[in-house]
Amino acid sequence: MTLNWFKFASPASFYPIAGRLIPVFWILTLLLLAIGLYWGFFETASKLGGSNPQKEYYRIIFIHVPSAWMSMWLYIVLVGWAAIGLVFNTRLSFMMANAVAPTGAIFTFLALWTGAFWGRPSWGTYWDWDPRLTSELVLFFLYIGYIALHSAIDDTRRADRASALLAIVGLIMVPVIFWSINCPDPNQCAALHQRSNLTRIDGNILFSMLTMTLAFWMYGFAATFMRLRSIILTREAENTWVQELLNARRQA
Amino acid sequence: MSEFLSQGGYGFFVWGAYGMVAVLLVAEVLQLRAQRRTIWSRLGRLTRMRDTGGTE
Repeated sequence: MTLNWFKFASPASFYPIAGRLIPVFWILTLLLLAIGLYWGFFETASKLGGSNPQKEYYRIIFIHVPSAWMSMWLYIVLVGWAAIGLVFNTRLSFMMANAVAPTGAIFTFLALWTGAFWGRPSWGTYWDWDPRLTSELVLFFLYIGYIALHSAIDDTRRADRASALLAIVGLIMVPVIFWSINCPDPNQCAALHQRSNLTRIDGNILFSMLTMTLAFWMYGFAATFMRLRSIILTREAENTWVQELLNARRQA
Repeated sequence: MSEFLSQGGYGFFVWGAYGMVAVLLVAEVLQLRAQRRTIWSRLGRLTRMRDTGGTE
Protein backbone atom coordinates (compact mmCIF):
# COMPACT_ATOMS: atom_id res chain seq x y z
CA MET A 1 0.00 0.00 0.00
CA THR A 2 1.34 3.37 -0.88
CA LEU A 3 0.45 6.26 1.34
CA ASN A 4 0.38 9.66 -0.26
CA TRP A 5 2.10 11.85 2.31
CA PHE A 6 1.66 14.93 0.19
CA LYS A 7 -2.08 14.58 0.67
CA PHE A 8 -1.64 15.45 4.36
CA ALA A 9 0.85 18.15 3.47
CA SER A 10 -1.86 20.34 1.99
CA PRO A 11 -3.19 23.06 4.30
CA ALA A 12 -6.80 22.10 3.48
CA SER A 13 -6.38 18.54 4.74
CA PHE A 14 -4.19 19.37 7.75
CA TYR A 15 -6.56 22.08 9.01
CA PRO A 16 -9.23 19.63 10.31
CA ILE A 17 -6.57 17.18 11.58
CA ALA A 18 -4.98 19.92 13.70
CA GLY A 19 -8.43 20.91 14.91
CA ARG A 20 -9.12 17.39 16.18
CA LEU A 21 -5.69 17.10 17.83
CA ILE A 22 -5.81 20.42 19.75
CA PRO A 23 -8.23 19.21 22.51
CA VAL A 24 -6.14 16.06 22.98
CA PHE A 25 -3.01 18.15 23.52
CA TRP A 26 -4.85 20.43 25.96
CA ILE A 27 -6.01 17.49 28.06
CA LEU A 28 -2.48 16.04 28.11
CA THR A 29 -1.03 19.47 29.01
CA LEU A 30 -3.35 19.97 31.99
CA LEU A 31 -2.92 16.40 33.22
CA LEU A 32 0.88 16.51 33.04
CA LEU A 33 0.98 20.00 34.58
CA ALA A 34 -1.12 18.80 37.53
CA ILE A 35 1.11 15.78 38.14
CA GLY A 36 4.38 17.65 37.61
CA LEU A 37 3.45 20.61 39.83
CA TYR A 38 2.04 18.43 42.62
CA TRP A 39 5.12 16.21 42.59
CA GLY A 40 7.51 19.14 42.35
CA PHE A 41 6.07 21.01 45.33
CA PHE A 42 4.89 18.21 47.64
CA GLU A 43 6.96 15.10 46.96
CA THR A 44 10.43 16.63 46.80
CA ALA A 45 12.83 17.62 49.57
CA SER A 46 13.11 21.32 50.43
CA LYS A 47 16.85 21.25 49.78
CA LEU A 48 18.99 20.25 46.82
CA GLY A 49 22.62 19.20 47.05
CA GLY A 50 25.10 18.17 49.72
CA SER A 51 27.40 20.39 51.82
CA ASN A 52 26.10 23.77 50.61
CA PRO A 53 22.56 22.91 49.51
CA GLN A 54 20.20 25.04 47.48
CA LYS A 55 17.08 25.92 49.45
CA GLU A 56 13.45 26.00 48.25
CA TYR A 57 14.30 28.28 45.34
CA TYR A 58 15.75 25.29 43.49
CA ARG A 59 12.10 24.40 42.68
CA ILE A 60 12.41 26.86 39.79
CA ILE A 61 14.17 23.92 38.11
CA PHE A 62 10.75 22.42 37.26
CA ILE A 63 9.97 25.29 34.90
CA HIS A 64 13.45 26.55 34.05
CA VAL A 65 14.90 23.38 32.54
CA PRO A 66 11.72 22.52 30.53
CA SER A 67 11.55 26.09 29.16
CA ALA A 68 15.21 26.00 28.16
CA TRP A 69 14.85 22.60 26.48
CA MET A 70 11.72 23.75 24.63
CA SER A 71 13.46 26.94 23.48
CA MET A 72 16.15 24.89 21.73
CA TRP A 73 13.87 22.08 20.56
CA LEU A 74 11.31 24.46 18.99
CA TYR A 75 14.11 26.28 17.17
CA ILE A 76 15.24 22.95 15.67
CA VAL A 77 11.62 22.25 14.66
CA LEU A 78 11.33 25.75 13.13
CA VAL A 79 14.50 25.26 11.10
CA GLY A 80 13.38 21.76 10.06
CA TRP A 81 10.11 23.06 8.59
CA ALA A 82 11.84 26.07 7.04
CA ALA A 83 14.38 23.78 5.33
CA ILE A 84 11.68 21.40 4.07
CA GLY A 85 9.79 24.41 2.75
CA LEU A 86 12.84 25.67 0.88
CA VAL A 87 13.66 22.27 -0.63
CA PHE A 88 10.18 20.99 -1.56
CA ASN A 89 8.43 24.35 -1.83
CA THR A 90 5.50 23.10 0.26
CA ARG A 91 3.21 25.79 1.63
CA LEU A 92 2.29 23.99 4.82
CA SER A 93 5.94 23.66 5.93
CA PHE A 94 6.45 27.43 5.92
CA MET A 95 3.19 27.87 7.80
CA MET A 96 4.41 25.37 10.41
CA ALA A 97 7.66 27.32 10.80
CA ASN A 98 5.65 30.51 11.23
CA ALA A 99 3.36 28.93 13.78
CA VAL A 100 6.23 27.62 15.94
CA ALA A 101 8.22 30.88 16.18
CA PRO A 102 6.17 32.91 18.72
CA THR A 103 5.80 29.95 21.09
CA GLY A 104 9.54 29.31 20.82
CA ALA A 105 10.26 32.97 21.58
CA ILE A 106 8.02 32.80 24.67
CA PHE A 107 9.80 29.70 26.00
CA THR A 108 13.19 31.34 25.38
CA PHE A 109 12.10 34.43 27.30
CA LEU A 110 10.79 32.20 30.11
CA ALA A 111 14.08 30.29 30.28
CA LEU A 112 15.90 33.63 30.72
CA TRP A 113 13.35 35.01 33.21
CA THR A 114 13.15 31.90 35.41
CA GLY A 115 16.95 31.64 35.19
CA ALA A 116 17.27 35.21 36.50
CA PHE A 117 14.93 34.46 39.40
CA TRP A 118 16.97 31.37 40.18
CA GLY A 119 20.30 33.13 39.72
CA ARG A 120 19.58 35.90 42.24
CA PRO A 121 19.25 33.61 45.30
CA SER A 122 21.85 31.06 44.16
CA TRP A 123 24.56 33.19 42.49
CA GLY A 124 23.67 36.60 43.95
CA THR A 125 22.85 38.15 40.59
CA TYR A 126 19.91 38.24 38.17
CA TRP A 127 22.16 38.43 35.14
CA ASP A 128 25.73 37.75 34.10
CA TRP A 129 27.41 37.62 30.69
CA ASP A 130 28.04 33.94 31.20
CA PRO A 131 28.35 31.88 27.96
CA ARG A 132 25.13 29.94 28.58
CA LEU A 133 23.07 33.01 29.46
CA THR A 134 24.48 35.08 26.61
CA SER A 135 23.92 32.40 23.96
CA GLU A 136 20.34 31.86 25.17
CA LEU A 137 19.78 35.62 24.84
CA VAL A 138 21.08 35.47 21.25
CA LEU A 139 18.57 32.65 20.57
CA PHE A 140 15.80 34.94 21.83
CA PHE A 141 16.91 37.66 19.38
CA LEU A 142 16.99 35.08 16.58
CA TYR A 143 13.34 34.22 17.20
CA ILE A 144 12.47 37.93 17.29
CA GLY A 145 14.51 38.51 14.12
CA TYR A 146 12.73 35.67 12.32
CA ILE A 147 9.29 37.03 13.27
CA ALA A 148 10.25 40.63 12.47
CA LEU A 149 11.81 39.80 9.10
CA HIS A 150 8.77 37.75 8.09
CA SER A 151 6.35 40.51 8.98
CA ALA A 152 8.50 43.17 7.28
CA ILE A 153 8.14 41.60 3.80
CA ASP A 154 4.69 42.01 2.22
CA ASP A 155 4.98 39.21 -0.35
CA THR A 156 4.31 36.09 1.74
CA ARG A 157 6.33 33.73 -0.47
CA ARG A 158 9.38 35.98 -0.33
CA ALA A 159 8.91 36.51 3.40
CA ASP A 160 8.81 32.72 3.88
CA ARG A 161 12.06 32.20 1.98
CA ALA A 162 14.02 35.08 3.47
CA SER A 163 13.08 34.29 7.06
CA ALA A 164 13.71 30.57 6.48
CA LEU A 165 17.29 31.38 5.44
CA LEU A 166 17.79 33.54 8.53
CA ALA A 167 16.48 30.71 10.72
CA ILE A 168 18.82 28.17 9.11
CA VAL A 169 21.88 30.39 9.60
CA GLY A 170 20.86 30.88 13.22
CA LEU A 171 20.79 27.14 13.85
CA ILE A 172 24.46 27.39 14.84
CA MET A 173 23.28 28.84 18.17
CA VAL A 174 21.70 25.57 19.31
CA PRO A 175 24.95 23.57 19.65
CA VAL A 176 26.64 26.70 21.02
CA ILE A 177 24.03 26.88 23.81
CA PHE A 178 24.19 23.14 24.38
CA TRP A 179 27.97 23.03 24.88
CA SER A 180 28.37 26.48 26.41
CA ILE A 181 28.62 24.96 29.91
CA ASN A 182 31.17 22.31 29.14
CA CYS A 183 34.16 24.49 29.86
CA PRO A 184 37.18 22.15 29.65
CA ASP A 185 39.19 23.89 32.36
CA PRO A 186 37.37 25.98 35.01
CA ASN A 187 40.53 28.02 35.56
CA GLN A 188 40.49 29.26 31.99
CA CYS A 189 36.84 30.05 31.47
CA ALA A 190 34.60 31.57 34.08
CA ALA A 191 31.25 29.90 33.47
CA LEU A 192 28.68 30.61 36.15
CA HIS A 193 26.00 28.26 34.90
CA GLN A 194 25.97 24.76 36.40
CA ARG A 195 26.64 21.74 34.27
CA SER A 196 23.62 19.54 33.87
CA ASN A 197 23.91 16.14 35.46
CA LEU A 198 20.83 14.02 34.97
CA THR A 199 22.32 10.83 36.43
CA ARG A 200 23.11 12.24 39.88
CA ILE A 201 19.81 14.01 40.39
CA ASP A 202 17.23 12.79 42.94
CA GLY A 203 14.50 10.58 41.45
CA ASN A 204 11.55 12.71 42.61
CA ILE A 205 13.11 15.88 41.22
CA LEU A 206 13.91 14.17 37.93
CA PHE A 207 10.35 12.82 37.70
CA SER A 208 8.74 16.26 38.16
CA MET A 209 11.23 17.86 35.79
CA LEU A 210 10.54 15.35 33.02
CA THR A 211 6.77 15.49 33.60
CA MET A 212 6.86 19.28 33.34
CA THR A 213 8.95 18.97 30.17
CA LEU A 214 6.28 16.72 28.62
CA ALA A 215 3.59 19.19 29.77
CA PHE A 216 5.41 22.10 28.08
CA TRP A 217 5.88 19.98 24.97
CA MET A 218 2.16 19.19 24.77
CA TYR A 219 1.43 22.88 25.36
CA GLY A 220 3.78 23.65 22.47
CA PHE A 221 1.77 21.37 20.17
CA ALA A 222 -1.57 22.87 21.28
CA ALA A 223 -0.48 26.51 20.92
CA THR A 224 1.35 25.88 17.64
CA PHE A 225 -1.60 24.07 16.06
CA MET A 226 -3.99 26.85 17.17
CA ARG A 227 -1.73 29.41 15.51
CA LEU A 228 -1.26 27.19 12.45
CA ARG A 229 -5.01 27.04 11.90
CA SER A 230 -5.25 30.83 12.01
CA ILE A 231 -2.36 31.13 9.55
CA ILE A 232 -3.98 28.60 7.19
CA LEU A 233 -7.32 30.44 7.30
CA THR A 234 -5.67 33.79 6.60
CA ARG A 235 -3.55 32.54 3.72
CA GLU A 236 -6.21 30.31 2.15
CA ALA A 237 -9.08 32.79 2.58
CA GLU A 238 -9.78 32.85 -1.15
CA ASN A 239 -10.02 29.08 -1.52
CA THR A 240 -13.35 27.35 -1.84
CA TRP A 241 -12.85 25.05 1.15
CA VAL A 242 -12.54 28.06 3.45
CA GLN A 243 -15.68 29.58 1.92
CA GLU A 244 -17.50 26.29 2.51
CA LEU A 245 -16.34 26.26 6.15
CA LEU A 246 -17.54 29.84 6.49
CA ASN A 247 -20.97 29.01 5.07
CA ALA A 248 -21.28 26.05 7.42
CA ARG A 249 -20.44 28.33 10.37
CA ARG A 250 -23.00 30.96 9.33
CA GLN A 251 -25.73 28.37 9.07
CA ALA A 252 -24.84 26.82 12.42
CA MET B 1 -0.70 27.38 53.61
CA SER B 2 1.41 30.43 54.43
CA GLU B 3 4.34 28.10 54.91
CA PHE B 4 3.77 26.81 51.39
CA LEU B 5 3.53 30.35 50.02
CA SER B 6 6.72 31.49 51.74
CA GLN B 7 8.80 28.62 50.27
CA GLY B 8 11.30 28.85 53.10
CA GLY B 9 11.58 32.63 52.67
CA TYR B 10 12.24 32.37 48.92
CA GLY B 11 8.61 32.92 47.89
CA PHE B 12 9.44 36.04 45.86
CA PHE B 13 11.85 34.12 43.61
CA VAL B 14 9.79 30.95 43.31
CA TRP B 15 6.48 32.73 42.60
CA GLY B 16 8.17 35.40 40.51
CA ALA B 17 9.41 32.67 38.21
CA TYR B 18 6.22 30.57 38.23
CA GLY B 19 4.04 33.68 37.92
CA MET B 20 5.67 34.83 34.71
CA VAL B 21 5.30 31.35 33.18
CA ALA B 22 1.59 31.33 34.08
CA VAL B 23 1.01 34.88 32.80
CA LEU B 24 2.75 34.39 29.45
CA LEU B 25 1.26 30.97 28.66
CA VAL B 26 -2.29 32.08 29.54
CA ALA B 27 -1.80 35.32 27.60
CA GLU B 28 -0.63 33.38 24.54
CA VAL B 29 -3.72 31.16 24.60
CA LEU B 30 -6.07 34.15 25.03
CA GLN B 31 -4.33 35.96 22.16
CA LEU B 32 -4.67 32.88 19.93
CA ARG B 33 -8.39 32.61 20.68
CA ALA B 34 -8.93 36.32 20.00
CA GLN B 35 -6.95 36.06 16.76
CA ARG B 36 -9.14 33.19 15.59
CA ARG B 37 -12.35 35.10 16.31
CA THR B 38 -11.01 38.16 14.46
CA ILE B 39 -10.11 36.10 11.39
CA TRP B 40 -13.54 34.46 11.19
CA SER B 41 -15.39 37.75 11.54
CA ARG B 42 -13.19 39.38 8.90
CA LEU B 43 -13.74 36.45 6.52
CA GLY B 44 -17.48 36.74 7.11
CA ARG B 45 -17.43 40.47 6.41
CA LEU B 46 -15.43 39.99 3.20
CA THR B 47 -17.89 37.37 1.95
CA ARG B 48 -20.90 39.56 2.75
CA MET B 49 -19.28 42.45 0.90
CA ARG B 50 -18.81 40.25 -2.13
CA ASP B 51 -22.38 38.97 -1.94
CA THR B 52 -23.82 42.47 -1.78
CA GLY B 53 -21.57 43.73 -4.57
CA GLY B 54 -19.08 45.54 -2.39
CA THR B 55 -21.41 48.07 -0.83
CA GLU B 56 -21.75 47.60 2.89
